[in-house]
Amino acid sequence: MTEVFFASAIGVFTACGVWLMLRARTFDVALGLALFSYAVNLFIFAMGRLTFGAPAIVGQGGATATLADPLPQALVLTAIVIAFAMTALVLTLALKGRFVNRGDACDADDETRIEDSPR
Amino acid sequence: MLLIGLVLLPFLASIACAAMPNTARSATAWLSGLTALGGCVLLALAAPGVFSGEIFRISMPWFANVNFGFRMDGLAWAFALIICAIGALVVLYAHYYLSPDDPAARFFAFLMAFMGAMLGVVLADNLILLVVFWEMTSVSSFLLIGYWTHRSDARQGARMALTVTAMGGLCLLGGVILLGQITGSYSLDIVLGAGEAVHASPLYPVVLVLVLLGAFTKSAQFPFHFWLPHAMAAPTPVSAYLHSATMVKCGVFLLARLYPTLGGSDLWFYMVSGTGLFTMTFGAAVAIFQQDLKGLLAYSTISHLGLITFLFGLDSPLAVVAGLFHILNHATFKASLFMAAGIIDHETGSRDMRQLNGLWQFMPITATLAMVASASMAGVVLMNGFLSKEMFFAQAVELDSHHLIEMIVPIVATVAAALGVTYSLRLIHDVFFNGQPVGLTKTPHEPPRWLRVPVEVLVVVCIVVGVIPQWTVGPVLAAMVQGTLGMRPEYSLAIWHGVNFPLVMSVIAGTAGILFYFGLQRYINLHSVTRLPVSGKHAFDAVVGWVETLARKVVGWLPSTSLPRNLACLVATAFVAMAWPLWQNGFGSAPPRAATDVLTVPPLVGLLIWLLGVAAAIAVTINYRQRLTALVMLGAAGLAVSVTFVLFSAPDLALTQLLVEVATIALMMIVLHFLPQTSPVERGTARKLRDAGIAGVAGLGLAAVAYAVLTRPFTSIAPFYLAHALPDGGGTNVVNLILVDFRAFDTMGEVAVLGAAGLLVYALLAGFHVHFDHHDADIAEDWNPLLLRTVTRVVLPLAALVAAFLFLRGHNLPGGGFIAGLVLACAILVLRIGGGGRTILDPAHLPYQPWIAGGLVMVLATGIGSMVLGYPFLTSTFAHPVLPVIGEVPLASAALFDLGVFMIVVAATMLATISPALLPQDHDAETQA
Repeated sequence: MTEVFFASAIGVFTACGVWLMLRARTFDVALGLALFSYAVNLFIFAMGRLTFGAPAIVGQGGATATLADPLPQALVLTAIVIAFAMTALVLTLALKGRFVNRGDACDADDETRIEDSPR
Repeated sequence: MLLIGLVLLPFLASIACAAMPNTARSATAWLSGLTALGGCVLLALAAPGVFSGEIFRISMPWFANVNFGFRMDGLAWAFALIICAIGALVVLYAHYYLSPDDPAARFFAFLMAFMGAMLGVVLADNLILLVVFWEMTSVSSFLLIGYWTHRSDARQGARMALTVTAMGGLCLLGGVILLGQITGSYSLDIVLGAGEAVHASPLYPVVLVLVLLGAFTKSAQFPFHFWLPHAMAAPTPVSAYLHSATMVKCGVFLLARLYPTLGGSDLWFYMVSGTGLFTMTFGAAVAIFQQDLKGLLAYSTISHLGLITFLFGLDSPLAVVAGLFHILNHATFKASLFMAAGIIDHETGSRDMRQLNGLWQFMPITATLAMVASASMAGVVLMNGFLSKEMFFAQAVELDSHHLIEMIVPIVATVAAALGVTYSLRLIHDVFFNGQPVGLTKTPHEPPRWLRVPVEVLVVVCIVVGVIPQWTVGPVLAAMVQGTLGMRPEYSLAIWHGVNFPLVMSVIAGTAGILFYFGLQRYINLHSVTRLPVSGKHAFDAVVGWVETLARKVVGWLPSTSLPRNLACLVATAFVAMAWPLWQNGFGSAPPRAATDVLTVPPLVGLLIWLLGVAAAIAVTINYRQRLTALVMLGAAGLAVSVTFVLFSAPDLALTQLLVEVATIALMMIVLHFLPQTSPVERGTARKLRDAGIAGVAGLGLAAVAYAVLTRPFTSIAPFYLAHALPDGGGTNVVNLILVDFRAFDTMGEVAVLGAAGLLVYALLAGFHVHFDHHDADIAEDWNPLLLRTVTRVVLPLAALVAAFLFLRGHNLPGGGFIAGLVLACAILVLRIGGGGRTILDPAHLPYQPWIAGGLVMVLATGIGSMVLGYPFLTSTFAHPVLPVIGEVPLASAALFDLGVFMIVVAATMLATISPALLPQDHDAETQA
C-alpha cells in the first residue's frame, strides 16, 4: 500500500506543478516549478526503493544489506539545493522582468491573457 | 626533455608576452626571437641523432590508453626546423614591420602560441594530441589574421579561415578516431605500422575521406582554397609565416605523416593526385590575374601546395622525396617573397600591381632579392625551386597508370609549370619595371636595414641550396625521407642529369610561360582584369547565408515568445521520451515484488503525511491567484516532503529539504513584495482544460512509472558504498561520504552550478533600481516587532554553533557542508527579516562573492592536493589522531572539501536571497497620487 500512496503523491505533485507551470504569469510558473521539483526529487528518491527506519549510517552493528540506498539520497540532496538556486534565478528574472517589461506576463503569443493585473 | 622544452618554450614565451604591456615592443620581440632561436639550438643538438636515424621519444600516461607524448623522427625534425628558423626570421621582420601603434605584445603572444601549436602538431606522438594542436593552430591563425581588429576584411578573413579549417579539423578528428578504432591505438608508432590492417578495413574509404578533408582544408586545396587569399588581410609577417611556410603545410605534413598508413591505394591516388593536379593548375592560372601582390602570392601558394599534394598522391617513394624536398624549397622562397611584398607595401603604401610599376629605380636591392626568389618559384636553373621541379617533372613522366592518364598528366604538369613562370614573371615585370608608379601616396625607398635581413638570409639559402644541394640540404632531406618512408630510395640531388624529359619539359614550360605573359600583356591588359567570374568567397557566403536563413526558420518555428507553450513542448517531449520505450518493451517481464517484500509503514502517520502533502499541493493550485496564500500552502507541501524523507530513512535529505524550504519561502516572499499580489482571472476554459489534460497525463505517467519501479525487485550498487564507507572513507554517514568522497567530482560540479547561480542573481540585480509607480502604493511599511528583533539577534550565534556542530559530525551522522551552510544562511536571513540586523555588523551586507571563489578554490585545492601526492584527482584520505584534552579526532581530507562546499552554499544562498531584499527602491506614490 505504501507504494501506492508514494506514487500517487508524486503524481499529484507533478500534475499540480505542471498545471501551474503552464500559467501565463511569472510568479505562478515559479510556484509550479517548486511543486514540480518536489515531485522530481521524490521520484529520484524512489529509485532507491523505500526503506523504513534504517538510515544509511554504517558502523553501528547490524547488516548493511537492509539499510536505505544512499546513492539516490546523495543525488537528491544536491538536487534540492540546485532546485533552490534555479528557483532563485527564475524569481530574479521575474522581478527584473516586471519592471523592465512593465508587467509579469510571460506569454506574448496570447494577447487575451495580457491585461492589467489588479493589485 | 629536449622535446618537452621545444614545445613548451613557445607557450611560456606566449604567456610572458601576453603579460607584458603593449609598449614593450623590443622586450617582447627579443623574447620571441630568442625562443625561436632556442628552438633552433635544441634542434641542432638533436641533429646528429636524427641524421643517424634515431627517433626521439618522451611519453607519459594521459588518459585511457592514450599517452601524452612527443616523438621526433627526421620528418618532424625538419618541419620543426622550418618552424623555428623561419619563426626567428619572422620575429625579426615583424619587429621592424609593425607600426608603433600596433599592440606588439599581443602580436608576439599570438605568434608564439602559434609556434608552440605548430611544433605540437609535428612532434605529437599520437593522433589525438596531433588533432588538439592542429585545432590550436586554427585558433591562433584566426587571432593572427584578425590582428588588425579594426579592419573588417581582416575580421571576415579570420572568420572564414577559422570556419573552413575548423570544419576540416572536425573531419580529421572523426577520421583519427576511426583510425584508432581500426588499429586499436592512437600512437603514431602503431598506426604507422598498421597500414595493411587499415587498408583491409571496410572503414578505409571513410577514414581516408575524413583525413583528406582535414588536410585539404588546411592546405587550401580546391575547393577549400578560397580562405587563403582572404587570409591575406593578416599582417605580412603572419602571411609569410603561417600562410606560406608553416600552417598551410600542416595538411601536406599530415599526408606525408600518414602516407605509410593511408597511402598506396587507387582511392588515395585518384583523390590526392587528382585534387593536387587540379589545384596546382587552377591556382597558377588564377594567380596570373590577381592585382593584389599578396593575392598573387596566395594563389601561387595554393598552386605549390597542389604540386606537393599531387606528388604525395602518386604512391611512389621518389615522388614522396620530391614532395618533401619541395616543402623545404617552397618554405624558403615563398616566405622571402612574402617578406619582400611586405617591404614594398611598407615603403610604398600599396600592394596593388596597377599602381606599383618601375620600382627598380627606387629599391634595387629589394628588387634583386625578389627577382632571385621569383626565379626560384618559377623553377629557374641554379635555384632550389629548379631541383624539386625537375623531380616533379620526372615523376609526372614516370607515372605508371592508365595510359590516358599517363599521357595527360605530363601535359598538365607542363602547362601548370608554364603558368607558374607566367605569374612569377608578372610579379617581377609588373612591380619593378613596366613604366612608372601610378598614384602612390609615398615616395618609394629602400627599407630599414633589418627589415631586409630576413629576406636576404632566405634568398641566400635559395641560391646555396640550388647550387650545392648535396652539401646543404642533402642530410636534412635524407632524414625526412627516412622518417616518412622508413627507408631511403635511390635519388640524386645533382643539378645536371643530362638532356632528358624533365629538362625538355622545363625548357618548354619556361619558354611558353614567358611568351604567354608577354602575349597577355599585349592582347589583354592584365591591369584591366578586375574580377574573376566565380569565386570561392561567393560560394562560402552563400552557404553561410543559407545556414543563417535555415537557423532563423527553425527559431521561427519554435514558440519562443510564449513560456507556457515552451514548457508544454518540454513536458510533451519528456512524456514521449518516457512513454515510447515503455510502449515498446512494456514494464519488463520481472514479476512484482513478493507481498512480504512490500514494506508497511505505520498507517496513521503515513496517511497523515500523505494527506498533508496532497492537500497542500492541491491548495496551492486552487489558490494560485492569491499568491501569499499559495505560498503558505507551498511551504506546507515542502514540509510534507521533508517529513516523508524522515519517514523513509533519509535524515540528511529531511534536514536539507526543511532548510531549503525556509530559504525558498523567504525568498519568494521577498520577491513577491516586488510583484503583483494576485494573478488575474483567466479567460478561456479551453485553455485551462487543455493545460489540465497535459498536467494530468504527466502526473499519471510519472505516478505509474514510480509505482512500477517501487514494486519491482532490483539490484543496487549501494552495497559497494555501504561496505567501503568505513574502511576506505573513514566515516559512517554514507550519504555524506558519497557527496564529499566517492562522488566528490559530481559535487564539485554541483557547487560550481550553485555558485554560478548565486553570482548570476547578484549580477542581474546589481545596480538595479526599483521604481514603484502609484499602482503599488499600498506596500506596508510595518515596523518590525520588538520581540522578533530582539530574539533574532540571539539566534545568529546559536545558529552558528549548530552549523559548526552539524558540519563536524557530518562525516559520521546526518549533517555536513550542505546542511551546515543552509543553517547558517537561514539564520542570517531570519536575522535580516526580523530587523535585528540593522546595525553595522549586519552579516547580510557582507560581500559574499569572494566566498564562492574561495570555496571553489578550496574544493579544487583538495582535489589537486591529492594529485600532488600522486593519487588521482580528489582522492580522500583520513586519520584519527588523538589530541590532548579533546581526545580522538576523526580527520579526513574530505572535511576540507566539505568546508569549500559549506562556503559556497552559505554564499550562494545569501546572494540569492539578500540581493532582491536589499534592492534600492523608491516610492513616489504620495507625491504623484
